[in-house]
Amino acid sequence: MADITTKNSSFNLRRKPRLGETIVQGLLFFSGFFSIFTTIGIVYELGKEALLFFQMPEVNILATITTTEWKPHIGKFGIWPLLTSTLMTTTIAMAIAIPLGMSVAVFLSEYATPKVRSTLKPILEVLAGIPTIVYGYFALTFMTPLLRQIFGSDVVQIYNTASAGLVMGILILPLITSMTEDALSAVPRSLREAAYGMGATKLEVATQIVVPAALSGIAAAVIVGISRAIGETMIVAVAAGAGPNFTFSPFVGAETITGHIVRISGGDLSYDSIDYNSIFALGLFLFFTTLVLNIISQAIVRRFREVYE
Amino acid sequence: MKEKAVVAEFSDNLDARNRRGSTWHVFFQASTIVGILALIALMLNVINSAFGYVAYEARVDPDTLIVDNTAVEDQSKEQLVALLQSELSRGAYNKLENEKPFAERTREEVFQLVVERIVRPKVVEVWDLWTSLTQADEIRETVANDFPKAELDFVSWLTTDFVTRPQTSEPLTAGVRTAILGSLWTILFTVLLAFPIGVGAAIYLEEYASDNWLNRIIQTNINNLAGVPSIVYGILGLAIFVRALEPLTSGEVFGLVDPTTANGRTVLSAGLTLGLLVLPIIIINAQEAIRAVPRSIRNASFGVGATKWQTVWSHVLPNAMPGILTGTILAVSRAIGETAPLVVVGASTAISFDPDSPFSKFTTLPIQIYQWTSRPQEEFKSLAAASILVLLILLLSLNASAIILRNRFSRRY
Repeated sequence: MADITTKNSSFNLRRKPRLGETIVQGLLFFSGFFSIFTTIGIVYELGKEALLFFQMPEVNILATITTTEWKPHIGKFGIWPLLTSTLMTTTIAMAIAIPLGMSVAVFLSEYATPKVRSTLKPILEVLAGIPTIVYGYFALTFMTPLLRQIFGSDVVQIYNTASAGLVMGILILPLITSMTEDALSAVPRSLREAAYGMGATKLEVATQIVVPAALSGIAAAVIVGISRAIGETMIVAVAAGAGPNFTFSPFVGAETITGHIVRISGGDLSYDSIDYNSIFALGLFLFFTTLVLNIISQAIVRRFREVYE
Repeated sequence: MKEKAVVAEFSDNLDARNRRGSTWHVFFQASTIVGILALIALMLNVINSAFGYVAYEARVDPDTLIVDNTAVEDQSKEQLVALLQSELSRGAYNKLENEKPFAERTREEVFQLVVERIVRPKVVEVWDLWTSLTQADEIRETVANDFPKAELDFVSWLTTDFVTRPQTSEPLTAGVRTAILGSLWTILFTVLLAFPIGVGAAIYLEEYASDNWLNRIIQTNINNLAGVPSIVYGILGLAIFVRALEPLTSGEVFGLVDPTTANGRTVLSAGLTLGLLVLPIIIINAQEAIRAVPRSIRNASFGVGATKWQTVWSHVLPNAMPGILTGTILAVSRAIGETAPLVVVGASTAISFDPDSPFSKFTTLPIQIYQWTSRPQEEFKSLAAASILVLLILLLSLNASAIILRNRFSRRY
């Protein structure tokens, strides 16, 4: 009896430090922190080489952002031809993906019966899972000949931004659809019922009640889609053409930022050459552009999300 | 009186509203159909190029290779080796001998070499499946008139031979074995890097991390990394794995390779680059799986006196594992399809030997598709189409296994 009392009183209720637990926790923290290294790596490595690029005697920051010729072999580094073609493919892609993607999302979430929905969603997932190089092949061997047949092969060149942009739109369609549909289905049923009770038609419920309520999610989807389109590489590398070209015609070849990086690094690239450094500068630009877009999209969701019980 | 007027107005535009409703309904439906049509067109387009008639000529007439009245096809292995020795330059012959001694090669392999190196069939024209089916007679006529010496065959570019043959520059004998092995080697290192770190990070964020600024930064950072274009990872891989860590990724520090030819453009660099790329995806998926394990299981474990790690290891992880594996498989299928980062990291344009160590040069299936797609000749488009089918079959089986895993092992609480 006495024995037990002494045992009880000596029992220490404080947490005992355990070596194994501490080591494991340290390892887990390292894993969690690892992704910070990736970001630091991107910013540091890309920043370092980009800085070297701008320090090269041939390169002048002012000329880079004001002139319209990108010809590394004669020392001309105007970024506009790469920018305009990136903008053009992105615009064409979004012109396809936004209306189609939102319509599909509205159809799936508001009109489709559960059975139709459960067959259509996997199809869209398949579309989203196809590697982009396959889309590139599709653009070059299907979309381009199609465009050439419609508009005439003297108008449409073999490599052109229209074909790349259109196919990129198909690529981004499932992304926009699934994000928009998530936003639409988060709108509570009661809002729809209330509108139906007031005598609204299905279309009016969809466009005047559900879509406005889900607007923040839809805006986020659109911005993520744009960011994806800017960073998309293989479709433009295969179908949009090689060689920077300052043009606003969608039917001629023009190289986007990503396409340029792929072409330059596909050849034999020697370290510390101006080409080598230029891809880091372009990569850094891509990184920050897409980062800003993604942050904006997250901010929109946080700031404007309507929370329902 | 007034009320009546309102009702009348209401009914007046009811028809118009309903009409508008059904018009838009049709539009929404049509958009969905357009999406599905795009998928169908994509598939048909690939299949269309992967099969069809091909006309080819031998560069060297097989009749000139008859020895002792036996045609090339019927010659014994020794005769074929002798043929190679006499027709090829000494250097080329020795190179083949060095790759694999002729004594160890089977007759089939030697015959393949004779076809590849001496007879060298040359594609003169290819037709896609649709043309081959609808205009077979015209094709036969064209070949008979324009290429009298050519043979015409209906081929499937996708065959078991295509999957098992190494890459060559001759379309008729090219295969994707080198590329498939390259993809598998690359993915091995991707998984080795991304799986343990990804699951560890997810456990940390879900089970250990308190809500402070550092952990919020880590979480935000992971979400942002998931949206970084893949090509940026390629540039990062080029700077870090290929260049800065070259002694390591080229295998030089291990003394495994010839230091004069080794460089960092290896399977290892490629795998690690893709590992960084899929890491955020694996973390986010694993976090969701861990979050789905109910609180009560953890509390029960704590209640019987288990420590935090014992709880995580014995209860949370086993319950979350199907979800984690599903997410990992999806991330891996993303990595298998990636092309752009590997081009930047420096995939080899033409290698005919299989990768056999982490420090081998590499090419992967999507890289192979990219290179064949970029060639102007039609026959390479057909090769690209066949490799796309191989890639899609590979991805489809991966995704199917992810779905089976999810349905079979997922528990609901």
